[in-house]
Amino acid sequence: MFRRLLLNSTAAALMAFLPSVAGAQDTPAKGGDIVVTYKDDITTLDPAIGYDWVNWSMIKSLYSRLMDYEPGTANLVPSLAETFDVSPDGLTYTFKLRPGVKFSNGRTVVASDVKYSIERAVNPKTQGPGAGFFGAIAGFDAVSGGTSETLSGIETPDDQTVIFKLSRPDATFLHVLAINFASVVPKEAVEAANGDFGKQPVGSGTFILKDWTIGQKLVFDRNPDYFNKDLPYIDKVTVEVGQEPLVALLRLQKGEVDIAGDGIPPAKFLEIKNSPEGAQMIVDGEQLHTGYLTLNTKIKPLDDVKVRQAINMAVNKERITRILNGRATPANQPLPPLMPGYDKGFTGYAYDVEKAKALLAEAGYPDGFETVLFSTNTDPQPRIAQAIQQDLAAIGIKAEVRALAQGNVIAAGGTEGEAPMVWSGGMAWIADFPDPSNFYGPILGCAGAVQGGWNWSWYCNEALDKRAIEADSMSDPDKVAERQAAWGKIFTDIMADAPWVPVINERRVVAKSARMGGPDNIYIDPTRVINYDAIFVKQ
Amino acid sequence: MLQLLAKRLVQSALILFGVSAITFVLLYALPADPARMIAGRSATAQTVANIRHELGLDKPLIVQFGHYVGGLVHGDLGRSYAQKTQVATLIAARLPATLTLMAAGIALEVLFGMLLGVTAALHRGKLADRVIMMSSFVGVSAPQFVVALLLLYVFAATLGWFPMSGYGTAAHVILPAATLGLLGAGWYARMVRSAMIDVLNQDYVRTARAKGLSRARVVLRHALPNATLPIVAMIGIDIGQFMGGVVVVEAVYGWPGIGQLAWQAIQQVDIPIIMGVTLTSALAIILGNLLADVIAPAIDPRIRSH
Repeated sequence: MFRRLLLNSTAAALMAFLPSVAGAQDTPAKGGDIVVTYKDDITTLDPAIGYDWVNWSMIKSLYSRLMDYEPGTANLVPSLAETFDVSPDGLTYTFKLRPGVKFSNGRTVVASDVKYSIERAVNPKTQGPGAGFFGAIAGFDAVSGGTSETLSGIETPDDQTVIFKLSRPDATFLHVLAINFASVVPKEAVEAANGDFGKQPVGSGTFILKDWTIGQKLVFDRNPDYFNKDLPYIDKVTVEVGQEPLVALLRLQKGEVDIAGDGIPPAKFLEIKNSPEGAQMIVDGEQLHTGYLTLNTKIKPLDDVKVRQAINMAVNKERITRILNGRATPANQPLPPLMPGYDKGFTGYAYDVEKAKALLAEAGYPDGFETVLFSTNTDPQPRIAQAIQQDLAAIGIKAEVRALAQGNVIAAGGTEGEAPMVWSGGMAWIADFPDPSNFYGPILGCAGAVQGGWNWSWYCNEALDKRAIEADSMSDPDKVAERQAAWGKIFTDIMADAPWVPVINERRVVAKSARMGGPDNIYIDPTRVINYDAIFVKQ
Repeated sequence: MLQLLAKRLVQSALILFGVSAITFVLLYALPADPARMIAGRSATAQTVANIRHELGLDKPLIVQFGHYVGGLVHGDLGRSYAQKTQVATLIAARLPATLTLMAAGIALEVLFGMLLGVTAALHRGKLADRVIMMSSFVGVSAPQFVVALLLLYVFAATLGWFPMSGYGTAAHVILPAATLGLLGAGWYARMVRSAMIDVLNQDYVRTARAKGLSRARVVLRHALPNATLPIVAMIGIDIGQFMGGVVVVEAVYGWPGIGQLAWQAIQQVDIPIIMGVTLTSALAIILGNLLADVIAPAIDPRIRSH
């Protein structure tokens, strides 16, 4: 009666896209110390709290979760779980833990640790941003609402078994168990840290935090007890923080740094790319990212679908990719091409100024109108906003660009009637997990179109919401393709209402030294950013 | 003296209270919701509301402020919203770096500034004066980022005399301190020049010269000490500024000072850290001024009688 859920069909899509690099790379070998740099300090290594793209990769490597991904791909595989089963109705998930896995404090990982860790992530007292991901587990509302500390939907009949009971089928549930918020932590270490577990992490991942000098550096050592004896390859990773990207690049060129985590500053990109040694340094890959312009459907005259469609036709996306020195490709639908469900046959709104003008006239605005476009104030976002401003001017729309700090833009977007348009740049990040549903709920669904929400178009289409729920209920593995098609159709149907202008799919660029080995897709891992477990030093 | 100190301490406490009240209200008035920032894109409305509640942000402003001041009285600066670490721990971790850079930077500022200012004053109206005044103007208006990168490129990347970034040894401090010294010296040079010109026109300097003392002795023994008074006050202000952070210079040289901490906190609307750094900076300005007030009478006995 049980069925083993196998590969997510994302695998096929990803593997088809990613170049076959195995032959071109050296064989992975153990050993070596590397230096990685970042501009910003690491905020926290607490898996229930950390939620930015820098700490994301480190948390992935410090802790284990029931599920994980094959390095460089979006293929779900059991990790801390040895096996798992899903009931035919998709409501019960049973996991058998891998025996003998140890936390770095020496204690063996047992089923109750899994239960504790997820309850901790959901508990409001933890102040974790990821609580909502576990919404399908029975008893979630009681914990989230503060009336209970334990999730009735998680049972641990013995030390090796964890059973999840869901209140509704959730096809993304295995992905949810692979995100950082589901990392398994030992209760005694969390309590001993007295509210600051993020600086004293204890996990069962590939690395152990050896030393943290606040504001300067973090040192991670290989976990000698990691259950997969082949991993990691690197002995020691030193992460130096507070490093200006331009300086990090100079140091990389001198051989002092192995990975410049913030990539290459835009102004330097072409120079490096065109230099002989530059080609070896740059890793340039697609990520699960869409940069979009929100069109507030509750503000006049953007409440008129013709106006929104006209704006969709007016934005010259090719020019915006040039502003980014080609580190992006024009987008025509909300999903990025790497995401399952992406519709290759969909063309969206073509760039057509004359047609845009005609449509605007048809909507009753032959002379255009005045509006406001919000953007964050860090380069290159204001420049992109200005490019959009010029495009809009070409069809008569005068948009005032307001470039503000990120917090202010988020506040304006989440306040009804405040922001007619928001350029999402700098605030859209790599998807939490490689599933199309992750691009809907908060940013296009009705649940996000609330005060303080992230749906800045304030677009709420109840019929689509219903279809979204239906798609997420299709947890039968035989229906993966059907589910992805259903999701894809939701996103292309949304475009008829044009609440967004999908503008670009940004590529990510990492700069690495010549001694770093491994295929490109582990430096721009679709689920990790940088996969510290799988990178290695060439011998 | 004791009476003066006691008066100044009471004043200082009131100033700190004022600074914390104003900063608190300004941060609260920001149209940026810290809970929303922490929660990120994927959070549900319930999660955001829960975070807001746990941080106490759903309470009236006056209650939040009362709670904050109550903590301050017990030496508690609160916990960072994003990091959950004690703000005092975060600031303490960066204080040594900030103090080191402050000491080295101010020392170089004063050294360059005095040299240039005295030279300009002694050659008043001549070419040297004009060149110094012009270059001091360029110095104070040059973008820190450009100068810092230039020094780094020449002396660290190309010549390799100094490490490119980091903290810990004497070699690490030279380039960032030199950047601050070069850029800040202009203010000191201008101040020393005008004070020197003022002093050189005083009767006692004329008397000293008339007595047949050498020019060097007149300048160093009689004129300079009296021209340094305004510098002492200026150092007091500089201490406060450095404590608030020299963000750009710290960023270029990867210097783990308080400026970096504040800059990241501002981006994340991490109010406890912003408050903590503001108060530390205000405290430093107060202490700096207090120090200036104590040192000034030692240099100029006339102040004591006032």
